[in-house]
Amino acid sequence: MRKRLTKKQKKENIIGYAFIAPQLIGFVLFVAFPLVFSLYLCFAQWNMIDMPEFVGFMNFKAIFQDRIFWKSIGNTFIYIAIVVPLTLFSSLSLAILTNRKLPMMKFFRAAFFLPMVTSTVAIAMVWAFIYQADGGVLNSVLAVFGIKNPPNWLQDSQFARLAVSVVSIWLKVGYYYIIFDAGLKNIPKELYEAADIDGASVWRKIWKITVPMLSSVMFFVTVMLFIDVFNMFNEVFIMTSGGPDYSTYTLSMYIYFYAFEQFDMGRAAVASWVLFALVGIVTVIQFKIKKRLVYE
Amino acid sequence: MRKLKRVNKRVLIQTVIITVIVLIAALLCIFPFYWMILTAVKNHDLINQGTVDLVTFDLTWESFKAVFGYNGGLIWRAYLNSFIIAIVQTLGTLFTSSLAAFAFAKIKFKGSKPIYGLFIATLMIPGQVTMLPLFMMFAKIGWTNSFLPLIVPSVMINTYGVFMLRSFIVSIPSGLLEASEVDGCGWFRKYFKIILPLIKPALITLGLFSFIGSWNNYMGHLIYLSDPKLTTIPLFIAGMKETHMTGAAWGRIMAASTLSIVPIAIIYLFCQKYFVQGIATTGMK
Repeated sequence: MRKRLTKKQKKENIIGYAFIAPQLIGFVLFVAFPLVFSLYLCFAQWNMIDMPEFVGFMNFKAIFQDRIFWKSIGNTFIYIAIVVPLTLFSSLSLAILTNRKLPMMKFFRAAFFLPMVTSTVAIAMVWAFIYQADGGVLNSVLAVFGIKNPPNWLQDSQFARLAVSVVSIWLKVGYYYIIFDAGLKNIPKELYEAADIDGASVWRKIWKITVPMLSSVMFFVTVMLFIDVFNMFNEVFIMTSGGPDYSTYTLSMYIYFYAFEQFDMGRAAVASWVLFALVGIVTVIQFKIKKRLVYE
Repeated sequence: MRKLKRVNKRVLIQTVIITVIVLIAALLCIFPFYWMILTAVKNHDLINQGTVDLVTFDLTWESFKAVFGYNGGLIWRAYLNSFIIAIVQTLGTLFTSSLAAFAFAKIKFKGSKPIYGLFIATLMIPGQVTMLPLFMMFAKIGWTNSFLPLIVPSVMINTYGVFMLRSFIVSIPSGLLEASEVDGCGWFRKYFKIILPLIKPALITLGLFSFIGSWNNYMGHLIYLSDPKLTTIPLFIAGMKETHMTGAAWGRIMAASTLSIVPIAIIYLFCQKYFVQGIATTGMK
């Protein structure tokens, strides 16, 4: 009996490894090895032609003295300050507003989902056209409302970041709407019925029932939004290429620029680990806070 | 009775106000698409006029014709290339990640737990970190200017896919598998005959995400595909931006953008249910 079991166990071992083999090999080749190598690159200088050369902390020194690096970090935090709360607010409000019987619900949902299923490159082009200084539809509409000197959105360093953020929010709202909508459907109806009997107002119900019951979903969404912002690339690259005067530059663009236009892999690697660290820090902080605040 | 009437009236007013707010939000979501399509079919002279008219329908197919004629019909190649990459990548990743997910969920093999833990631990690593060494690797073995760097890694490793499919397979009762064992059903048969049919919705969801992700991948294509013959839809559109931004160019760009969105829009129309379910479950962890 025991022998048969071990035979069966042996077979399961072989089958198990056979089944995970493609992914395991892929993991080693395309995740684990590159990860280690990327760490080495941080301490090396490499122009993709000669052999990588060990240079100690030179890349770190160079990057931390780089005005543009700090500018892109600063931009990232400004993007976070705009995009995270506004996306959270708009997607949650829409989910709450549509969590009742409304006419044309099918149309509304289809409209909300449309931005996220389309090609970012294509739609960023459309937005660049909308923002255009002369002939752009946004400024023409503003002119109708009597705004005489509307900003040249994408060329003005004061407004470009805001303009890009709006597109970023517009792209994301549908996705988080779905998550909040699913979260709302999970809240037991009895809670609201009980509140109705007590004569609670709409706002009170939102603050005392909806928000606490959704707190865990809200934390999840916040973490995802932070990571989205850290990774911003397509829309910025297409609309402003990071300009004017680096006012819309992001860390992802910094990495791309140094790696594939300057061929300074070492510096790009350091920047990519900074990005990694930011993602890690945000995740850890938010899960620490979550433990304290979230009602479950 | 009177009180009830008052309540009904209040509900009605609330519904009207909310509908108006939601309608405005929906129109904001749709407007860029409307504007894109309208510009694509608008007469060139009208596009760059100082005043913008939201509803002038002086239509022409000139822009679309120009896009199809651009660079000797390059757009067809871009479509073909984008489709090849997206389909091969999607089918491949569905196969390998469902195999691995099945093994991690139902086969008891030595080291299964630590290996799975390792997979999950790397879920949070941003793609930019591994992107640079991967580029170097692929440059070294001469894979740049081919689809291989875009297809092979995404087929051979998809930690998110394994994670998602595993969570579905775990909830399948093991009794189902044990029952088939009596009939002398091997592990491969179990995978094909029992597991795959049961996780079909999850596979469709993962496939959709994979396809759309590939269709929209811009940075990857930018890095690896510099040969014009290998151009893809995102590269094609971005390439059109290089032409001078006159009214005619904007018309062409909007026509190209419209065309690039068509395949995804069609897929989305047919699979909206799976798409929404897939996203909804990500928030439920």
